[in-house]
Amino acid sequence: MRTASPARGAAPRLEPPGMRAGIVFGALILLFAGLGGRALYLQWIDNEFLQGQGQARHSRDIEMPAHRGRILDRHGEALAISTPVKSLWAFPDRLEMTPVQLTELARVLETSRVALERRIAAADDFVYIAKQVPPEVAERALALRIKGLHDETTYGRYYPAGEIAAPVVGFTGTKDAGQEGIELAQQAWLGGHVGSRRVIINRRGEVVEDVASIRAPQAGRDLALSLDSRIQHLAFRELKAAIDAHRAKAGGLVVLDVATGEILALANYPTFNPNRRDGKVAPERMRNRALTDVFEPGSTMKPFTAAAALEAGAVRPDTMIATGPGSLTISGRTIRDAHPVGTLTFEQVIQKSSNVGTVKVALGLPAERMWRTLSDAGFGAVPRTGFPGEVSGRLRPAQSWRPIEQATISYGHGISANLVQLARAYTIFATDGELKPVTLFKATGAVAGRPVIKPETARAVRRMLELAAQPGGTAPKAQVGGYRVAGKTGTAHKLEGRNYANKYVAAFVGFAPVSNPRLIVAVMIDEPSAGQYYGGAVAAPVFSSVTGAALRLLGVPSDAPSTNAILPADAVEIGEET
Amino acid sequence: MTRVNLVLLVVLVACALSLVTSRHQARKLTTELSRAEAQARAFDVEFGRLTLEQSTWATPARVDKLAREQRLQSPAAARVVVVEMPEAPR
Repeated sequence: MRTASPARGAAPRLEPPGMRAGIVFGALILLFAGLGGRALYLQWIDNEFLQGQGQARHSRDIEMPAHRGRILDRHGEALAISTPVKSLWAFPDRLEMTPVQLTELARVLETSRVALERRIAAADDFVYIAKQVPPEVAERALALRIKGLHDETTYGRYYPAGEIAAPVVGFTGTKDAGQEGIELAQQAWLGGHVGSRRVIINRRGEVVEDVASIRAPQAGRDLALSLDSRIQHLAFRELKAAIDAHRAKAGGLVVLDVATGEILALANYPTFNPNRRDGKVAPERMRNRALTDVFEPGSTMKPFTAAAALEAGAVRPDTMIATGPGSLTISGRTIRDAHPVGTLTFEQVIQKSSNVGTVKVALGLPAERMWRTLSDAGFGAVPRTGFPGEVSGRLRPAQSWRPIEQATISYGHGISANLVQLARAYTIFATDGELKPVTLFKATGAVAGRPVIKPETARAVRRMLELAAQPGGTAPKAQVGGYRVAGKTGTAHKLEGRNYANKYVAAFVGFAPVSNPRLIVAVMIDEPSAGQYYGGAVAAPVFSSVTGAALRLLGVPSDAPSTNAILPADAVEIGEET
Repeated sequence: MTRVNLVLLVVLVACALSLVTSRHQARKLTTELSRAEAQARAFDVEFGRLTLEQSTWATPARVDKLAREQRLQSPAAARVVVVEMPEAPR
């Protein structure tokens, strides 16, 4: 029997011939549908993650730096300027360097190896290896290829004038924000705002497309101060020399432009270096004493008493006043002159700074009248220079004055003012009776003042002040070669608690040239303790050297023969107390 | 009809190509712009640094010190003549 072929004997397939292909086809369709669905899902619904990933590969948010505005002097010389600097940082546990690299790094950073090691060892998780170094130094440090050493760019603030202008300009703290002085007061003007924008970059890291500007950067604006760097330097140099020579505690000096009310120089000593603040600086060194501290002005107040008396018509410059034995007792308190001077004209009373004479005239005035003149001259009100923390000083209302108080106020005790206020008050004598506003910012031209006293009163007091700065007055050492000067000394006892101590504030406020006053210079020296303490001996010479040099710097025509000034060695000032 | 289509196709291709080139141009220009901006910033920084350097060299305190070292002094008052300009130019 023929066996059936196995093929035949096998059970015939039941499915139709197209079935297998159909299944494969269907599976493929399903797969494609799945893929398509997934693609659609990713494209339309769950697109955040992938789009984010894609953008991370080609789009970047770049920060656009904005630097802080510069602070300039009146001639455009920089007093504060921002420049990019680098800081080097590391995580100590990820920092790997060989001893050779460590030595090299110390050399590049100009520090010792030991100091560097100690610095790294002292930190827990993050350490600045070097803060705010010039970019080229950072580059050299990074070129050592130390593993784990990173850099960051920030702006560093530099003060070319250093300690000389520091109390005025102030300084910035962390995050480039103003912390003291003009830097603080003008933060909104000076500060820049960092901007940022989104861009597309190619694989070489070049920007190929600007997508959007998120925030436009806003650079800080420059600010021009009224200071003149050269006069500021001069003022600082002379003030420092005088404070050192007289072993004084502190001092201040203000130079005012009479026409514009601009402060051309404002020096303080002791001071601080704003470029190096890593060490601790005593807060009192940072203070701008000329604006934030008050003192009793002493005899520098007498011209205002004189003005009040002349305005009231109580006296004339040639009225004779008996100062008698040089003392006067009012309600149990005795007022003395340093030296009895006998009978004087009113002019001479101011010239020789007689307390008794001044008090006699002052007591002939209604308190209200005297108060009005002092208040009009700006006492008891802040000078509004635009400096933070300036003070007003104290001028009590006239209703509360007892005779003894009126007497002491007439020669500058029981009243207080800061140095800028005092300098400003003298504008009424330097002009024909106008009180000028003062400012620390560059002005565009002359400003109008407020008339306070009559022009003839101003002229009469100016004449008295010129006499005071001549032989026979209290301040012949204020003389300046080639210029006529006028001014008043002050030698005030200092208040300690409620009593006056045997410590003095020597002061001189004056202006020049008298024929057409251009500058007011006020000098204050706190506690001179090398023997001399009279304003005429301590402060007047500073006035003389600063005024002379400043007038020549400004090219002011001289109004006196250059031989007018007597040699300081020959000058004998009349002594005064208060 | 076919000819119109052909023309449109050519126009379409031309448009597409010009889009590509202009896009490319735009990117190149942007790169150039950003490079120029970076350069401007670098110059700005350099300017700041040079200003700082200049003002540091020229501080009156330094000039004063150098002048003293060379024994220079300002002329005595008697040897200074101030001449006034007849008409100050405005």
